[in-house]
Amino acid sequence: MRMIRETWAWLDARLKIGDAIEQTAAHPVPRRSASWWYVFGSGALTMFIMQIVTGICLALVYVPSADEAFHSLQVLNFQQAMGWFLRAMHGWGSIFMVSLVLIHLIQVFLFGAFKFPRELTWMVGVLLLLMTLGMAFSGQVLRWDQDAYWGLGIVASLVGRVPLIGGQLVQIVLGGPIIAGETLTRFFALHVFVIPGLLIAFVGVHLLMVLKLGINDYPMPGRLVTRETYVAEYEKMVHEDGEPFVPDAMQKDVVFAGLLISGVIFCAAVFGPFGPGGTPDPTIIQTVPRPDYFFLWIFSVAALMPPGIESFALLVGPVVGILFLLVLPLWAGVGEKSWRRRPVGVLVVIFAVLAWAILTHLGNTAPWSPVMDAWSALPVPEKDLAGKTAVVRQGALVFQVKQCHNCHALAGEGGHRGPALDDVSTRLTKDQLFRQVLQGGGNMPAYGTNLSPPETTALVAFLETLHPANEPPARDASGPSPPK
Amino acid sequence: MSDGMTRRFVLLKLGIAINVVAGVVLAVPIVGYLLSPGRRKRMTEALSWVELGELSKFPEGQTRMATFRNPSTRPWDGPTGDIPCWVRRMQGQSFQVFAINCAHLGCPVRWFPQSNLFMCPCHGGAYYADGARAAGPPPRGLFQYDFKVENDRLFIKAGMMPTLGNVASAGRSSDNSPCA
Repeated sequence: MRMIRETWAWLDARLKIGDAIEQTAAHPVPRRSASWWYVFGSGALTMFIMQIVTGICLALVYVPSADEAFHSLQVLNFQQAMGWFLRAMHGWGSIFMVSLVLIHLIQVFLFGAFKFPRELTWMVGVLLLLMTLGMAFSGQVLRWDQDAYWGLGIVASLVGRVPLIGGQLVQIVLGGPIIAGETLTRFFALHVFVIPGLLIAFVGVHLLMVLKLGINDYPMPGRLVTRETYVAEYEKMVHEDGEPFVPDAMQKDVVFAGLLISGVIFCAAVFGPFGPGGTPDPTIIQTVPRPDYFFLWIFSVAALMPPGIESFALLVGPVVGILFLLVLPLWAGVGEKSWRRRPVGVLVVIFAVLAWAILTHLGNTAPWSPVMDAWSALPVPEKDLAGKTAVVRQGALVFQVKQCHNCHALAGEGGHRGPALDDVSTRLTKDQLFRQVLQGGGNMPAYGTNLSPPETTALVAFLETLHPANEPPARDASGPSPPK
Repeated sequence: MSDGMTRRFVLLKLGIAINVVAGVVLAVPIVGYLLSPGRRKRMTEALSWVELGELSKFPEGQTRMATFRNPSTRPWDGPTGDIPCWVRRMQGQSFQVFAINCAHLGCPVRWFPQSNLFMCPCHGGAYYADGARAAGPPPRGLFQYDFKVENDRLFIKAGMMPTLGNVASAGRSSDNSPCA
């Protein structure tokens, strides 16, 4: 113990940072701010540090080459000692980090911490969020499997929609005319050098401002922020009712950091690493590309947006959203901090979280995607076939062979691109069924040239039998009334 | 004393000037290096005729997948340098060669010969046999490559991932195609 103290004294006589560290550590924070609500920022930082450590370990083995990346990931997963675990830690660490950054953002928003004088801290935080998402996406690219390849295809297609310079931008993003070796090295440089460097620098600025301006005071309904009085009030508060950050206020951060790291270790050990999925060979098209968890909502938006406004929404929407976040503290920099008296702010958060959750859920189930193998893998329910005539059964066969099942569900099985057909004959008369099959419409392809007249007749005969047991099929209202 | 001060500022100004000049001289090649993939010349050079194989590989009235090695590749591109496409041979020497990438967001479309449709696994885009948009979010039909037949072999002009900013080789839209 004495030796440690003497060594430190020797070092500090030359480094001269002991006083600064002591002052920083002991800086007073408002007693009520030492709250469990205030642990998410330090939690995100803990995850970032862990990502750096595990990331460096992975970089020792990973080969950023389009030809070899996939194999080097296989080596990491199956041959390198503990390689699978480090990949799992890095993958789960990314999920934890993105989640914590988002929770931190919501907490800071609800607690009014972006208001005077912490506007710039918030803006830098928004940039940190963007960088974190950039890390998440570029990390997914480095996995260099089918999802990475086609995810890049989606990025390229999005960039290609930029007016005038879209074509050139695609080449610059991909590093060449196609998704290939130089695309991977581009994203490798971003993931390993550019974004982490920026993250470290901006985290430093973010933390410095938290120290210099003091942690946000716990909002009290009715205690309004004004530019004239806030700083003096805050100083008074931390000196009259404050406690030193170390060791008092820091306790909860330390506990939370330990829980987080344990959580990542648990997930990594139990659930293992993410992928890689199929080999990044574009000639293997039997694939159903999906983005990682954080970007599923964008995948959903891309599917649900009306085509007419899609390019505009996908290119301009994010810019508007980011600008809104950036200018928020300039626009609402003073006044009420407490979420209890900011109903619009609370509604915005509820709306954003709900929208995100619903879009993510939809992205998981992707009801707009045809089930590519439904026609050969899923049977027609027995109840729709039992006791039916030959022509109806022939129609069921047409239904399968012509891949109708890929987009239309029967008894809940099959695609959900189009409406389920269990009660189609209560909605469409025989003539309307013919018209819909032959001419399509309402987002359905026309099958007029793909079906022979006997096939169409059989198919419609089958569809006519699809109605609930006690509900009669639809009939032409202008025709003769049905027999009593 | 004041002389010394002035000389020091002269040096500072000179130093800044040298650094600005050096910075600009350095920035030009760096920016040029970073943006080089987007140079128009390099983009037009990326396209060239590649062979898809003998005509006998493509039966009349059918649509088959063909793959080719991208004309410009790096030695370390591995399997990513192999590009698939869909070849539809109507009859004789009349062909349509479609890019694999959906016109919506670039996912690989699959051909279903039973229903004569291309379907996309990502967002549910569907196209007719002639590449025209049938359903879903794609803003246009499938991208098409220019083709030619020489010595009983099929060639296409390829080399670039088609997007709305860069429509394969010819820039023709399947929606305007006369053969439906």
